Amino acid sequence: MKDVNKEWVAPLLRSLLLIAIAVLLLMPVVLTFVSSFMMEREIIANYSMLGKTDTSVFVNLKWIPDWVSFQQYYKVLIATPKFLYLFWNSVSMVVPIIIGQAVVATLAAFAFGKLRFPGRDGLFFLYLMTMLMPFQVTLVPNYLMADRLGLLNQPGSIIWPGVFGAFGVFLLRQFMLQIHSAFIEAAKMDGAGYLRIFLSIALPMVKPGIAALVVLLFVDYWNMVEQPIIFLQDAAMQPLSVFLSRIQDDALGVSFAASVVYMLPMVLLFLSAERYFIEGIQLSGVKG
Amino acid sequence: MKLRRLARKELLAAIGFLIPSLAGFSIFYLIPFGQSILNSFQDRLGGSFTLSNYQELLLSSSFQKAASNTFWFTAISVPILVVVSLLLALLLNQRTFFRNWLRTAYVLPLVVPVASIVLVWQILFDWNGALNAVLHYFGWSRLDWMKSDWAGFVIVLVYVWKNIGYNVILFLAGLQNIPGQYYEIADLEGAGPIRKLFGITLTYLTPTTFLVVLMSVLNSFKVFRETYLVAGAYPYDRIYMMQHYMNNMFLSLDIQKVSSAAVLMALCITVLVFVLFRTERIFRAYME
Repeated sequence: MKDVNKEWVAPLLRSLLLIAIAVLLLMPVVLTFVSSFMMEREIIANYSMLGKTDTSVFVNLKWIPDWVSFQQYYKVLIATPKFLYLFWNSVSMVVPIIIGQAVVATLAAFAFGKLRFPGRDGLFFLYLMTMLMPFQVTLVPNYLMADRLGLLNQPGSIIWPGVFGAFGVFLLRQFMLQIHSAFIEAAKMDGAGYLRIFLSIALPMVKPGIAALVVLLFVDYWNMVEQPIIFLQDAAMQPLSVFLSRIQDDALGVSFAASVVYMLPMVLLFLSAERYFIEGIQLSGVKG
Repeated sequence: MKLRRLARKELLAAIGFLIPSLAGFSIFYLIPFGQSILNSFQDRLGGSFTLSNYQELLLSSSFQKAASNTFWFTAISVPILVVVSLLLALLLNQRTFFRNWLRTAYVLPLVVPVASIVLVWQILFDWNGALNAVLHYFGWSRLDWMKSDWAGFVIVLVYVWKNIGYNVILFLAGLQNIPGQYYEIADLEGAGPIRKLFGITLTYLTPTTFLVVLMSVLNSFKVFRETYLVAGAYPYDRIYMMQHYMNNMFLSLDIQKVSSAAVLMALCITVLVFVLFRTERIFRAYME
């Protein structure tokens, strides 16, 4: 009898602990979501004292709206064209970066992962180190080059360095290394050229890797803040991420709905591609 | 003779696959970074060789402050994150209910946009925020979280919250790679749970742990994004990081100084990566 108890008591306690941690971790997301259905008036009443030092009124953290309303969504999506305009700015920078990096990196990863040539490991090490550098280290180099190419204050100053980022090469190389060389040797025996091998063997086999790369890049660039505030002076060119981070000051009442709209593509992409996303993280940890 | 021809063919193919990536990577990263290294050794007017940029940098008190803050933040937050995520992964790797759901919940913070995080952050830690409301309720005096020594603690919290899922996935992958037979043999030999944890689990998890440490260090540089958005370009002294310093130097157009700071930072990271890989190699040799 005691043993039977032991068999499910421990997992149950463990699960409860893990669920409690999960709830804690998800709290900010839930709070954002719930608050997005409050009236603007309620948001302002609850949170307008943020950032002020002279009041003795505290925020009123609420989990249930007084009145469920879509007023914030209406204002964000329909009444304020600026928001959708900035949303489009984000899309028009992130999509070229993702497509560009996926194409360029797949080609390079094939060379690094499946071909032998002198200087390969040294060159790859340069890519790896570049990937590891924080943005501030490549800030000046990127800035100088954008200036020289006349890209400053244009979306290109963000898109081009993004396309040639080293992360995709690193991640896809890990996937390429998983392909057994026997496949490639066999294709060579049959007289296939390298382009043929790439197209009909490597490419189909790294498809999950490309999917993972797309998700990881999307998460990273959809959230970019440092690059646009340095490279784009013009406020009308800024992506939504920059605008949203300053929204508390002038549009507090709709900021939660704006956050949800902004978060939605990312969460949906993540949930639909979770398997690839997790595989991507795991393979970024496999050493080559 | 034939071999040499084959190798040449392979080299040509490799060049073909690499060219797009290598061209862009050189233009946007390698060449400008080389330029930065040169800049860091030039004086402001004539461009003659000098070490004065480095000297000025190392003597400047704001650089010293930023460097030591960054060092301490990394030295404190990375071990905390690694230990917490290891514990979570160990729990999650045992029999639990809803394991996949929990894993999703832990990773979700990674895809939450910075802007939502910033808003919730302010709701919690503002002078009039929810935490101070709790303190006030219990009759304690409120704390100025972001403008006192507590600020460092708050940033560590955000950092752990955001990156825990990434590390848990890496650790879970590592745990699942440990062959089950090891545990069966240990059971036969009558090893206790503690013995198994240290003798098998942690030992065979070492390669994963090195990678987790590396990724955690890198991600620790990325908290700047959130910190910058919450506390601005000149936050409380204790959380003034290298990234703040470099951004501010950059905006004041002190290219030489930023360049030398970038070179120093790149150097530090390279050394760190080198030490990590060396240690791992030694450890591996010791294990076999």
